[in-house]
Amino acid sequence: MNTQSSARFVNIGERTNVTGSAKFKKLVMAGDYPAAVEVARQQVENGAQVIDVNMDEGLLDAVEAMTTYLKLIAAEPDIARVPVMIDSSKWEVIEAGLKCVSGKPIVNSISMKEGEAPFLEQARKCMAYGAAVVVMAFDETGQADTKQRKVEICKRAYKLLTGIGFPPEDIIFDPNVFAVATGIEEHDRYALDFIEAVEEIRAACPHVHFSGGLSNLSFSFRGNETVRRAMHSVFLYHAIPAGLDMAIVNAGQLDVYDQIDPALREACEDVILMRRPGLGEDGKTATERLIELAESYKGKDAVAEKAAEEWRGWEVTKRLEHALVKGIDAFVVEDTEEARQAAFDRGGRPIEVIEGPLMDGMNVVGDLFGSGKMFLPQVVKSARVMKKAVAHLIPFIEAEKQAGAKAKGRIIMATVKGDVHDIGKNIVGVVLQCNGYEVIDLGVMVPWTRILESANEHQADIIGLSGLITPSLDEMVTVAEEMQRAQMHIPLLIGGATTSKVHTALRIDQAYKGPVIHVLDASRAVGVASQLLSDTQAEGFKSSVALDYQKVREARAGKGQSDLLPIAEARANGYQPDFADKPPAPARPGRHVFADWDLADLVEIFDWTPFFRAWELAGTYPGILQDEVVGESARSLFVDAKAMLDRIVSEKWLTAKAVCAFWPCRRDGDDVILSPGFPAGEEIRLPFLRQQFKKSRGRANFCLADFIDTQDDWLGGFAVGIHGIEPHLERFKAAHDDYSDILLKALADRFAEAFAERLHQHVRTALWGYAPGEQLTNEALIREEYRGIRPAPGYPACPDHSLKPILFDLLKAQENAGIILTESQAMLPTAAVSGFYFAHPESQYFGVARIGRDQLEDYAGRRGMELAVAERWLRPNLD
Amino acid sequence: MTTRETFLAEAARRILITDGAFGTEIQNWKLAEADYAGDLGLGHEQKGNNDILALTRPEVPEAIHRAYFEAGADIAETNTFSANRISQADYGAEHLVRAINVESAKLARRVADEFQARDAENGIRRPRFVAGAIGPTNKTLSLSPDVNDPGYREIDWDTLVDVYKEQAAALVEGGVDFILIETVFDTLNAKAGIMAVKQLEAEIGREVPIMLSMTLTDLSGRNLSGHTVEAFWHAVRHARPLTVGLNCSFGATQLRPHVKTLSEIADTLIMVYPNAGLPNELGAYDEMPGTTAGFVQEWALAGQVNVLGGCCGSTPAHIAAIAKAVAGLPPRKLPVLEPVTRLAGLEPFIMAA
Repeated sequence: MNTQSSARFVNIGERTNVTGSAKFKKLVMAGDYPAAVEVARQQVENGAQVIDVNMDEGLLDAVEAMTTYLKLIAAEPDIARVPVMIDSSKWEVIEAGLKCVSGKPIVNSISMKEGEAPFLEQARKCMAYGAAVVVMAFDETGQADTKQRKVEICKRAYKLLTGIGFPPEDIIFDPNVFAVATGIEEHDRYALDFIEAVEEIRAACPHVHFSGGLSNLSFSFRGNETVRRAMHSVFLYHAIPAGLDMAIVNAGQLDVYDQIDPALREACEDVILMRRPGLGEDGKTATERLIELAESYKGKDAVAEKAAEEWRGWEVTKRLEHALVKGIDAFVVEDTEEARQAAFDRGGRPIEVIEGPLMDGMNVVGDLFGSGKMFLPQVVKSARVMKKAVAHLIPFIEAEKQAGAKAKGRIIMATVKGDVHDIGKNIVGVVLQCNGYEVIDLGVMVPWTRILESANEHQADIIGLSGLITPSLDEMVTVAEEMQRAQMHIPLLIGGATTSKVHTALRIDQAYKGPVIHVLDASRAVGVASQLLSDTQAEGFKSSVALDYQKVREARAGKGQSDLLPIAEARANGYQPDFADKPPAPARPGRHVFADWDLADLVEIFDWTPFFRAWELAGTYPGILQDEVVGESARSLFVDAKAMLDRIVSEKWLTAKAVCAFWPCRRDGDDVILSPGFPAGEEIRLPFLRQQFKKSRGRANFCLADFIDTQDDWLGGFAVGIHGIEPHLERFKAAHDDYSDILLKALADRFAEAFAERLHQHVRTALWGYAPGEQLTNEALIREEYRGIRPAPGYPACPDHSLKPILFDLLKAQENAGIILTESQAMLPTAAVSGFYFAHPESQYFGVARIGRDQLEDYAGRRGMELAVAERWLRPNLD
Repeated sequence: MTTRETFLAEAARRILITDGAFGTEIQNWKLAEADYAGDLGLGHEQKGNNDILALTRPEVPEAIHRAYFEAGADIAETNTFSANRISQADYGAEHLVRAINVESAKLARRVADEFQARDAENGIRRPRFVAGAIGPTNKTLSLSPDVNDPGYREIDWDTLVDVYKEQAAALVEGGVDFILIETVFDTLNAKAGIMAVKQLEAEIGREVPIMLSMTLTDLSGRNLSGHTVEAFWHAVRHARPLTVGLNCSFGATQLRPHVKTLSEIADTLIMVYPNAGLPNELGAYDEMPGTTAGFVQEWALAGQVNVLGGCCGSTPAHIAAIAKAVAGLPPRKLPVLEPVTRLAGLEPFIMAA
């Protein structure tokens, strides 16, 4: 849901247009300007991002009416906050309007109708007044009807305009929407021509925008609103992806694409997209079929009316969802009240209506919008329905609080400057209020000055900030900085879809010395507030959050609980691969050292998904970049990452080193015995752990040793490390640039992982050479569609970190790849990967998970380790 | 090189310094009515008509320009804030508008050239600039002075464009390098000023670079006509101004967040010349030069400014302290903006590409 002040599809209010609104015309003609101003106010309140003002009426002095009206709305900050579109077919009216508009407006429209000279003269004036301009596809010979004419005229206008220095981004082409389904064959292509022309002009004329007046399209179906609405929605559904970015249309006259009667939608698409030209099997044209179908929707149309009646008969939660999706506010108060009564009757609370059916409905709206099946104006309407419902519930929620009870605390809430999203914040506010807190809601787009002033004035106990768009994150940092500058101490709560614990910990918490707490969702708000304001818990809570934020980068692990088998039983249920398929001896046995692998080669096989996960952005790359919730953040992060990556590679910030080796071996129970000096020399025992939890449906209890034959087999090992990061980290540290610091670390991790992947591939195809013909795409590599595995000590299949020293000794990893181990077996440099190569085709990853005391004791014996030491290393796998 | 190019080249090398207040400096001269009125034979009292001194006591503004250049300024702003037909009408001096502006420009030019030549003799190439200052007048195009009639305006666009054009033409005639449309409390007035300069350019057949400076009237960062700094920038960007920025308003501390905002979105030079703090109970400014310099130095350290100076309450000592505080600090780098459509009502609106 996206209603920020930067938009893809612009919703233009068209009710302040005497040619489009009979009501507005009547008010202006009667000189009732106060009422006419209210029309503009409603438009903005209903989500219009630009308001179109048109006074072209034969009986009006249009210059006078335009200037009077523009001056009046300039005096209304609620209206004047949005840009104006000065709409007239007469240049003198437009110029009179330009002299009254203080921001940067759009002129609608100019064209080459009268030739190039007047066109350029008007364009120059628009530049001097500072206005964007709608250019009609119109030339000396008339309005462009075909695709070819539309493209030709727009390209010519573009060349002329950019030739006089007109900024291309301030050009909005209107390539003329004409009526289709008129019965005249030449008109059949009009809609498709428009869509295709937009696509072509967009490619030929960089940075321009497109607009269109929709009402023409469905002109043949005057009086049949159902069909007209469906045609408009279908048209937008296809024209927006082609590049249409604004349309003059009444939001109330649009249907949700998905919810148009499929037969009607099909018929509309046939007509608009010319999908079935000529006569169909039924001997009719697409137009004839739509006209025929339209008959059934005629008048106040029976079907729609029936549908209207029908949804009123649904159960209340479905009705609320329907009202939210359709943006119908007519019944929402009574439906909300019914839902509240129902909750009350079963002993529930008013808040449950919000948390239940209303939130469910808004989720449907979010999904539809995210998949491009609903348009912004409709989303705004849905939000309004939601607000009405919430507003109805608030008095009940407040009444629920004990009469005369003192508020538990006073909380200032605001959506930060630049952001208009407040549904989440309002819900948090409601939840807090119904739990006895006094909430002072400053609304949306609140500058930090007001937040701080209000906090002081009301002696607030907590400040809560909300935001949904990415730039709000920076604004929250600003608020925190200003709170620090003002030497405030009260807690600062952070919430909203793009906010995260990581960002809060890294950026906001560091800007403010008082407590800063990220609140994941509305349900946590009360818990957080009550602890912060508790005499006994506050200090403990604050310090635990502070500690948590310090550790925020540490990975978390969660384990489930299950029944365990005795180790002997588990072993009896071990995996038995077919050793006829065991790998051949390595093509190039021994140790292989790589001192400086090409970084650019590694970038090619980056697996980006874990990178985003590192930043707590959930989703799979590349889909995550388009994700509805985190897409914007992910894209912005991705751009930053790519930029840094370019420098890492071109300026050679990092060096990739590696070593790998292969050893003859055999299996002994759950151990693998290596003979590095085969046929002579000492043998080295590698003990592995076995799954002990009860398996179902004949699944084995895996142990890595299962993949090794009891004689004449091979095992490999490797270690890769990414070196040279320190000076850059120091540079970022010195600049207090934690963002770059973490970005670089996360990228270094990606290099390490990519190197492990690339080296493994090299091993399979060349060094060991058991899969010489392997050809895999990057996606297939990421999906591990190759033969063999490379489990790492410390990871699920091989959880004992303390195997690393054995592996490292075998590889001489410190000497060959510069990697050292700390006393807790962490690798340095941090961006490093090490592990074993198992080449049997049936070898696979698994998690050892929880093991029993019996296996622990057995393992300690095999490792030659004191029980207490083994217990320490395997702590996460024990009860 | 054109003046625009010379200025840009200098601004790429260092943070440039513009001058400070005139009003407080003129007070130091303790001038009497006779000093102001001279022998012009005007019917109204002239005391307080600072701009007319160019005709009656030219040594006063000249000495002040000299003091600011001595303090380290690169730019002199002409003493013509009120030298327009509307403001001069209060003194019955409308007919002197051209003369005041031509003379003010000439004397500032003379002092600027003198300093530039003096440096050149010592082998230093350091151009000095003269900005022709145009104030907002005391009439506003966006607001009604009558609360009962919100559609009423005291002045109309065409009249104001003519008023500005008369002043700008005279300043250019007197030899200024730029037209500085300053203390913009009404964005539409500024747009009329821009239109006046565009028309003047067409008439004289050469570019007259514009400098724009907005003034904020509330701490949330809006001017009197209600525009945020972002909306203001969107509304005036078509002027291709040489500099855009903020002046007057409050002290540097109150301007800080708005300077940051503007510096991030404006793809042109940023010029800021704040008041010397907030006035005390007596209406006087008592912020010390070192204090002001410390505040504006923060912007320089953050890479947010290209030109710094002072407004109300600032003195040559303030300008000297500022020049010293930012000497050697790198100037702000101009951001490159995406070619997206930037519209504005009172608030900005961006249409993605």
